[in-house]
Amino acid sequence: MKDRDYRRFVMNKKKFSSYGVQDKVLLTIGYLLIGLFVLAIIIPVIYIIVASFMDPVTLQNKGITFDFSKWTLTAYQRVISNSQIWVGFKNAVVYSVVFTVVSVGITLLAAYPMSRADFKGRGFFNVIFMITMFFGGGLIPTYLLIGNLGLLDSMWAVILPGAFSVWNMTIARTYYRGIPGEIREAADVDGANEIIYFFKILLPVCTPIIAVLALWQFVAMWNSYFDAMIYLNSSAKQPLQLVLRAILIQSKPEPGMISDMQSTAQRAQLAELLKYATIIISSLPLLVMYPFFQKYFDSGIMAGSVKG
Amino acid sequence: MRERRKMMSNSTSVSDRKQGSKVREFHNSLVYVKQHWQLYVIFLLPALALTLIFKYIPMGGILIAFQEYNPFRGILGSEWVGFSYFKRFLSSPDFMTYLANTLKLSIFGLLWGFPVPIILAFLLNRIQSKGLKKKVQLVLYLPNFISVIVLCGIVKIFLSVTGPVNLLLGTQINFMTMPEAWRTIYIASGIWQGAGWASIMYTAALANASQDLREAAWLDGANILQQIKAVEWPAIKDIVVIQFILQAGNIMSVGFEKAYALQTDLNLASSEIISTYVYKQGLISGNFSFSTAVGLFNTIINVILLLSVNKIVARMNEGQGL
Repeated sequence: MKDRDYRRFVMNKKKFSSYGVQDKVLLTIGYLLIGLFVLAIIIPVIYIIVASFMDPVTLQNKGITFDFSKWTLTAYQRVISNSQIWVGFKNAVVYSVVFTVVSVGITLLAAYPMSRADFKGRGFFNVIFMITMFFGGGLIPTYLLIGNLGLLDSMWAVILPGAFSVWNMTIARTYYRGIPGEIREAADVDGANEIIYFFKILLPVCTPIIAVLALWQFVAMWNSYFDAMIYLNSSAKQPLQLVLRAILIQSKPEPGMISDMQSTAQRAQLAELLKYATIIISSLPLLVMYPFFQKYFDSGIMAGSVKG
Repeated sequence: MRERRKMMSNSTSVSDRKQGSKVREFHNSLVYVKQHWQLYVIFLLPALALTLIFKYIPMGGILIAFQEYNPFRGILGSEWVGFSYFKRFLSSPDFMTYLANTLKLSIFGLLWGFPVPIILAFLLNRIQSKGLKKKVQLVLYLPNFISVIVLCGIVKIFLSVTGPVNLLLGTQINFMTMPEAWRTIYIASGIWQGAGWASIMYTAALANASQDLREAAWLDGANILQQIKAVEWPAIKDIVVIQFILQAGNIMSVGFEKAYALQTDLNLASSEIISTYVYKQGLISGNFSFSTAVGLFNTIINVILLLSVNKIVARMNEGQGL
């Protein structure tokens, strides 16, 4: 046994010089490729960070400089002092949190009976749910329904239609099934105590999958804009991504951000500069959060790739 | 499933009491539902209600694809026109362009984008220092957490006439107005954003590759290519096949959000795809029936693709579909 551990240790710590010629070439090419990919991600990110501190005229004519004395915070001041960005942030947080709670809650609940072999009607409900993964009414019928329900310009139009995810339910169900039966036997529950069993015993041992589903749903809602674009008209209800769309894609920043500039050219330059600061400010929350969730990624991805 | 089959065979083998057992089964079901009402009402009902309201009612709304739909008269009062909207878009050359755009975008996207995460996983697997590997992964996953809008914003900034790419090349090309550049932009930015994240599952599978096999390969003095062939490829083969099939089945459902955000008036010749066309026809021009007909056509092709793909899997996988 010891011998074997040692062998594995040696095997995993092989020195570059001990490889054959062909392997050396392959490894060099491989490391080069992955290095290039890493650079292709890092360089644009650094460029955007640096550019956000530039003065608009320099940026347009010469690009970025690392001369720190010329850096300014103008762009950030202008973006931060704009109220629409904050309205967007607030709405995005509200929609994403409510969506995550509602969606994960409903999905976890539904997965429980669907995970039980004795549940009568399981096959029938399964068909009902699975059909919606492949077939649906499409854009206009759904839009008309939302209108008929009086949900236009309401946050529930963005939250409810996608709240129950069949795919996530399948993943949660697979996870429940992997939990040893002894836990249930130990709890010794009869039909009347399903609720206690579910909340007190089952959910606490399912934290990893709950974290993964919550992360997915939160990020999905935070980053989406289509539903908000078609259902929410008033600017007070727009989530961050729609505000960003105006600034980044349509190049129409909030008038207050650039209106003090005299010429059209100056305004255009400033609008360009504001994009960089907007990208940084809007992306920061998720990018800062993400390393903390990294430990859940592997288990989540595995749950998503092997369906039960 | 297996249990039910057992139950079925039990009840049929006692053929003279067949009728009685059916009644008893129904009675048993009622007792079960009564005993376990919580499972139905508290656990399942919310999901079921959402599904019926937001998925099944719109399916009924598909009827307007066969009507001259008038919002004031509703579905019941509108005039029926049969397949005339389907005939209209199927005979329009514009629609054929959008269909071709959709297919090209997803097929090229699949062919270019699919291998990259696998290659990345193989490469990551060769980084021996755990610390370095973690850092590289942290960078590779990062673009996944940027929103579609921000990604498209970055693409537009970098490719604009005064942007860094043109500064670097010393040119003044407006890439976003070139239909011939659009697909490349869409696919390349997709790989930039998603390949690292998509490599996670392959990396995880590679980490689970059999240690015994690896050891045997190492003792035999296998070189890297031989190791990949004997140890690493078998560890990820199943996931590769499943992923390819899942993605191939989704060829007609290219997302709306990114395509729409990267569209400009001048690149529409290649950037107008079915989902953006359905949106514009339906919600911008108000052609509800026409838009629904196009959407339905798209959904049906998608279902056919998925079913055939599932058949292929079943054949390859000893009768087990997805």
